[in-house]
Amino acid sequence: MLDRRSAFWLLLFPPLLWLGLFLLAPLALMAAFSFRADLSGELLQAWTPTLAQYARLAAVGSYWRLLGVSAGVALVVAVSATALAFPVAYFLAFRAGARAGLYLTLLLIPFWTSYLLRVMALKLMLGSNGVVNSFLLYLGVIHEPIALLLYNRFAVVLTLIYVWIPFAALPILAALQRIDLALFEAAADLGAPPPAQFWRVTAPLSLPGLFAAFFMVFIPTVGEYVTPLLVGGSQGMLYGNIVQDFFTKAANWPFGAALSMIMLVGTLALAALALRVVDLRQLLQ
Amino acid sequence: MTSPRARFSLLGGYYFGLVALLYLPIAILFLFSLNSGTLLSFPLRGFTLDWYTKLFAADAVLRAARNSLVVATGSSFAATVLGAMVALLTTRYEFRAKNLLLALAVLPLIVPFIVLGVALLLLFNVFHIERSLWTVGIAHTVVALPYTVLIVTARLAGFDAHLEEAAMDLGADYLTTIRRVIFPIIFPALVSAWLTAFTVSFDEFALALFLAGTTPTFPVYLFSQLRFANRLPIMIALAVLLMLGTLTLVILAERIRRIE
Repeated sequence: MLDRRSAFWLLLFPPLLWLGLFLLAPLALMAAFSFRADLSGELLQAWTPTLAQYARLAAVGSYWRLLGVSAGVALVVAVSATALAFPVAYFLAFRAGARAGLYLTLLLIPFWTSYLLRVMALKLMLGSNGVVNSFLLYLGVIHEPIALLLYNRFAVVLTLIYVWIPFAALPILAALQRIDLALFEAAADLGAPPPAQFWRVTAPLSLPGLFAAFFMVFIPTVGEYVTPLLVGGSQGMLYGNIVQDFFTKAANWPFGAALSMIMLVGTLALAALALRVVDLRQLLQ
Repeated sequence: MTSPRARFSLLGGYYFGLVALLYLPIAILFLFSLNSGTLLSFPLRGFTLDWYTKLFAADAVLRAARNSLVVATGSSFAATVLGAMVALLTTRYEFRAKNLLLALAVLPLIVPFIVLGVALLLLFNVFHIERSLWTVGIAHTVVALPYTVLIVTARLAGFDAHLEEAAMDLGADYLTTIRRVIFPIIFPALVSAWLTAFTVSFDEFALALFLAGTTPTFPVYLFSQLRFANRLPIMIALAVLLMLGTLTLVILAERIRRIE
């Protein structure tokens, strides 16, 4: 006979062990490694903690600049994706009627197909012998391929906005669906024309959804390294790419660990801020 | 002042324009998987099913796809079981560290993948664990956990806990209660959680690139092949097939979730 009390420990142990071993332990190890001077000796051998990596990081302006650029890219991407997703969410919530479910699924299907492939397809479209250019050449609109479309930061931003829009629509839709339709009637009865109804009812009540969408795009975008790898070229690198480089090509793990610690702390701080601004639990209901 | 109908068509037009834009790359991939030229540019050369037939002779490609299938199946199963455990704990028990456990379980949504990837790489190196499909699967279980926890929690929260109390009052022990009462209740959520975790893992690249070692999953293999233009059409053909597979899974998951 298994009673409820002992079941508690049986239910608690496996997830706690898993998360401890494969989430907390690696992050703690990374934190510890960022205080190593170098990688000499056995990996687990004791070392004297040093701030050398952070000192080096602080001294080199280009890392901070790239972190700033990454945050800027994430800001532009998150704001644009949220703004572009709003009309979609509005359409689904108030205008799509009985077909809303179908339209939502239609919107989300591309999001569930391979990310790498969608970016690759974009690359096929934007490259200098890609679909857009060869089509324009074929039509005779242009005589030289346009090279600006790919391998720069602009291409990274464009690609990221494109892939995030359907995702950003979700929390906005959730917020819009929670609006009591009687509020519109009340506003109309009190003489508010549709534009006033929009700005005085819809807009304020959709704010939690807009904030949620912003953070849900911003947070993963700061750490992005795959999209720059695919469409960024040497000009479009982001902070995540130098972290990757220090763990692969440059093989300077303590410094790479310090770089990723900065990113981890920054992201967690942002998430804490986000949770203060948005009541996630309210939105999930 | 625009009429309501005009506003509808403006918003509707925006929606359908966006959807068309989202499907365009997918349509183009499909088109090139049937095009007989190796160069991915217009004009199209001619219709062929060659890439699909060649695909079944391309061992490395198929092996990579099989690797992804194995990792996704295993990690999604583990993530679903662990997620159901966390969901049961947070909805059916009162304990002080409850919010802490929930926060820990959804933390992988916030930690950037690059950070988690290099941290796990460090861990496996320190303990001399060779990188393999296992290490990828472990990472995928961690990042799929928030989804499974949230999906199962939503289902359990919407259900009256008195059903379980009734079962136990009638003499069932807790294991029987789980098996005969809780499991049937959460079954649709379990399936939908499993499918979600599966698609998360199957498509995952950022972590797998660090952790796959010499046995690439499909996204990692695809990435390594992007440089070789002549191999691209075969990859695209497989990608189209995989996409159809994922689509079926997603639609299935959505259907099952709706049954509630």
